[in-house]
Amino acid sequence: MKLPDKQCSIADAIAHVKDGDTVMLGGFGVPGTPFTLIHALVRHGARDLTIVKNDANEPNMGVDHLLHAGLVSRLITTHLGLNSHAIELMNSGKIKVEFNAQGILAERIRAGGSGLGGFLSDIGIGTELAEDKQVIESHGKTYIVEPALRADVALLHADRADSFGNLAYVATAQNFNPLMAMAADCVIAEAEILLPLGGLGANEIHTTGVFVDHVAELGALSKEYAVVQR
Amino acid sequence: MVARAAREIKPGMVVNLGIGLPTKVVNYLPADFPVCLHTENGLTGIGPTLPPDQANRNLIDAGGGYVSTIPGSAFFDSATSFALVRSGRLDLTMLGAFEVAANGDLANWKIPGKFSPGVGGGIELAQKARRVAVLTTHTDRAGNSKLKETCSLPLTAKSCVARIFTDMAVIDVGPEGFALVETAHGVTVAEIIDATDAALHVPDAQLPIF
Repeated sequence: MKLPDKQCSIADAIAHVKDGDTVMLGGFGVPGTPFTLIHALVRHGARDLTIVKNDANEPNMGVDHLLHAGLVSRLITTHLGLNSHAIELMNSGKIKVEFNAQGILAERIRAGGSGLGGFLSDIGIGTELAEDKQVIESHGKTYIVEPALRADVALLHADRADSFGNLAYVATAQNFNPLMAMAADCVIAEAEILLPLGGLGANEIHTTGVFVDHVAELGALSKEYAVVQR
Repeated sequence: MVARAAREIKPGMVVNLGIGLPTKVVNYLPADFPVCLHTENGLTGIGPTLPPDQANRNLIDAGGGYVSTIPGSAFFDSATSFALVRSGRLDLTMLGAFEVAANGDLANWKIPGKFSPGVGGGIELAQKARRVAVLTTHTDRAGNSKLKETCSLPLTAKSCVARIFTDMAVIDVGPEGFALVETAHGVTVAEIIDATDAALHVPDAQLPIF
């Protein structure tokens, strides 16, 4: 037996994104953000996107290119503090922003990728983040119902991958990537190193290729992946 | 005040230091101090902060600062990171504040119309760490007290703060409201009362000075 080959060009992979899609983007700040796939999405030009990402990167980086291109109508996120441009667009009503508590966003995605409808949480009870959310009693305690979150497409960044789409992340570039890998109908991963089958040991793999539809190798990394000089 | 706050960290604790002033607390811990620092973006065992020329592009803390690992450090995904927080594995978190109320309510994420970048991991830290300490200047830049009877800004979490470290004092939040515990060097009790926009219980005993 041999595991199937899911290698694909970046351009062919990104062509799966359609107008109106919900697109999850891995990454927390720079680590784990699929910058090359994001540039390809800008060139592809699908519009009216709902983007799910922990943050909006920084001005002229990552998510901000999608915002500048006018492709985003809604952003589901936890924190925009490092991107003043995203905050301007939110405040002027040009994009809708849904803020989630960070671990709640992660868990909603995990639930979405785990065949669940959602989960119960007491996070945010008594604050404005709980407003308009369904509340239920269970075992004598009050909980918010947090619905699962899924996407049409997830764009991920891995350190290493193999041709089946098995993925390995490094350091704090893991963050939302393995969760989003499970929560989208079409999962596209860019990898710094793409190895033949067997090149990644079974013990090294964070995400089984079963969750991944397309995998593309990156060439030389652009400056966006580098250490941010502040 | 940062040095005083660092003494709040006891051997063996798992600790999350929030963005801003609390991040500086780590600089006052001895190199061999037995503690496990956690950051929301997926690391336990945070090592020293690194300058850009020595940084690993894939290794940051939740504030975006470049950090390092130490022997025994571990990486994990964001769901695991907050499972750790919500299930009570954090012994202590130190957070910044816009306002703290006498009942322990904390507001530190939004000033309507002025500042609304999103809450990040702040709600879960404030609501679920076993002990929440606030590290903040006693007053804002305009001289208004950050310690109030009730918060006027949107809350991060209700009744969560146990202790406040400011540039003027260490203040506990208990059933009776704010109680003065220590005073900063050169600051009088009268000045602290004056700078606190809520009732402040002052014990009769001589208070330690930090």
